[in-house]
Amino acid sequence: MAEKIYWNKEIETMELDKMKELQSERLVRQVKHVWDNVPYYRKLMEEKGVTPEDIKGVEDLHKLPFISKADLREGYPYGLLAKPLSECVRIQSTSGTTGKRVVAFYTQNDVDLWEDCVARAITAAGGTKEDVCQVCYGYGLFTGGPGLHGGAHKVGCLTLPMSSGNTERQIQFMMDLKSTILCCTPSYAAYIGETLAEMGYKPEDNSLKAGIFGAEPWTEEMRQEIQKLLGIKAYDIYGLTETSGPGVAFECEEQTGMHINEDNFIAEIIDPDTGEVLPEGSKGELVFTSITKEAFPLLRYRTRDICVLSRKKCSCGRTLVKMTKPMGRSDDMLIIKGVNVFPSQIETVLLKDFNATPNYQIVVDRVGSVDTFEIKVELSEDMFSDTIKSVEALEKKLSADIVQILGIRAKISLVEPKSIPRSEGKAVRVIDRRKLV
Amino acid sequence: MTVKQLSVFVENKPGRLSDVTAVLFDAGINIRAITTADSRDFGILRLIVDDTDKAFVKLKQEGYVVRTTKVLAVVADDKPGGMAKMMKALYEANISVEYMYSAFLNPSEVTACLILRVDSNENASEALKEKGYKLLTEEELHSF
Repeated sequence: MAEKIYWNKEIETMELDKMKELQSERLVRQVKHVWDNVPYYRKLMEEKGVTPEDIKGVEDLHKLPFISKADLREGYPYGLLAKPLSECVRIQSTSGTTGKRVVAFYTQNDVDLWEDCVARAITAAGGTKEDVCQVCYGYGLFTGGPGLHGGAHKVGCLTLPMSSGNTERQIQFMMDLKSTILCCTPSYAAYIGETLAEMGYKPEDNSLKAGIFGAEPWTEEMRQEIQKLLGIKAYDIYGLTETSGPGVAFECEEQTGMHINEDNFIAEIIDPDTGEVLPEGSKGELVFTSITKEAFPLLRYRTRDICVLSRKKCSCGRTLVKMTKPMGRSDDMLIIKGVNVFPSQIETVLLKDFNATPNYQIVVDRVGSVDTFEIKVELSEDMFSDTIKSVEALEKKLSADIVQILGIRAKISLVEPKSIPRSEGKAVRVIDRRKLV
Repeated sequence: MTVKQLSVFVENKPGRLSDVTAVLFDAGINIRAITTADSRDFGILRLIVDDTDKAFVKLKQEGYVVRTTKVLAVVADDKPGGMAKMMKALYEANISVEYMYSAFLNPSEVTACLILRVDSNENASEALKEKGYKLLTEEELHSF
């Protein structure tokens, strides 16, 4: 067996004690930085009666207040910024509830550290400077494209900045330029695989050896399917805009969970109801503290993702703690076609278009490997007029407004009153038929 | 001079027309004119009945989305050119017809009754009356 390759061997295989020491040192410095530069968080600390002097190491982390998406919304756009704008070089953004986005800022150092995390993920998937890395995550405000792109550059791969869509062109470049690593959402990978098969290509006809797939939930069955379709090994990657982007955690060849880049992010698992920190191996909400980010350093950010952390020895030699795939959410967020969707966003649109919140139901399914997204809305008398064209115009308007706020299209179905099933008198808001866990 | 039409929203799924008409039957309501308009996922059932108010209440009680719309009931000659003449009269008066359908009732052997939904009931009534057409009232509709 060849010698194992790491992007940053010292960090990735660091003994736990040494890692805790490194984390402690960085945490103490970060808390001071946030206290000095982010009045919003300082106030949260003051309310909890904590000062930077109380935080002497990772063991004191639990004393700090949490921060959530609601805080980011409240602070939009500059409320959590910790560096002068002149020091910032980039923003990335994610859709938020009620139309307000979350904007994350990066200094050059933040971008470098982020890309370094992604470089570790690419290396763990077997990537080197000899590889051709095809990035078909969306480019732009979404962190997927820029994150994998930057990481591939760091590794020295020939990078194909394809962005998402235009499958025919994706396949042409994949074949002609002999891509070896594919980066996209798992559903798009499956779609590319299916299209290749339809075109008469066999899995061995392409040059791909690995895929790095994330930004949406996917199952072990889907992994097997993609691996078979494309003739590759499929690696999971995890991240969120609030902390940086993809690369917060990444999978190694063992494919049994994602190693968290602990030198940059301290992970905790908490009870989502009480906020109490749970011991290793417990299932709970994942909380991240960014200990190296300069511009947008979030302390104890509640991800709302439910998972389990494990320090079991990994055959890849990495000592970084592993997280399972998210097993669900502690809020009602759905990930559809890689896009975060909150039912409250849909309510906002309905309220705007109808001056009322009619009963509605979100129906999500996965046909083949593609998510389907339908919104059923119970028609009320105020919404109904006598002609087909006026009802259809209503559907069109609703559909356009949904695209505007979510960025993805939903099939709008106007249905008869009381046709949406009720549970204890309340309409069932979400039906997710995808078996993701 | 208009008559009241009921419009009922129905999803395109088996049994819906059977359900709606059963509600009317149970209430002892007689249908005097009926038509459906359909799109991919839903349809609109339009009805003229002998007791509009009762039908409206019953359908609402059963959970249907119902609206009433004022339409014209016009008596036309039941012979070649009868329709063409009426349409010409409306066209010349610059009236736009959104939809129309025929009713089951007939004032006499040589006439037919048409239900018209137009952009302006007032202008259309005037134009039709000027050309000698008879518009039926609610009471007349129910008496045939």
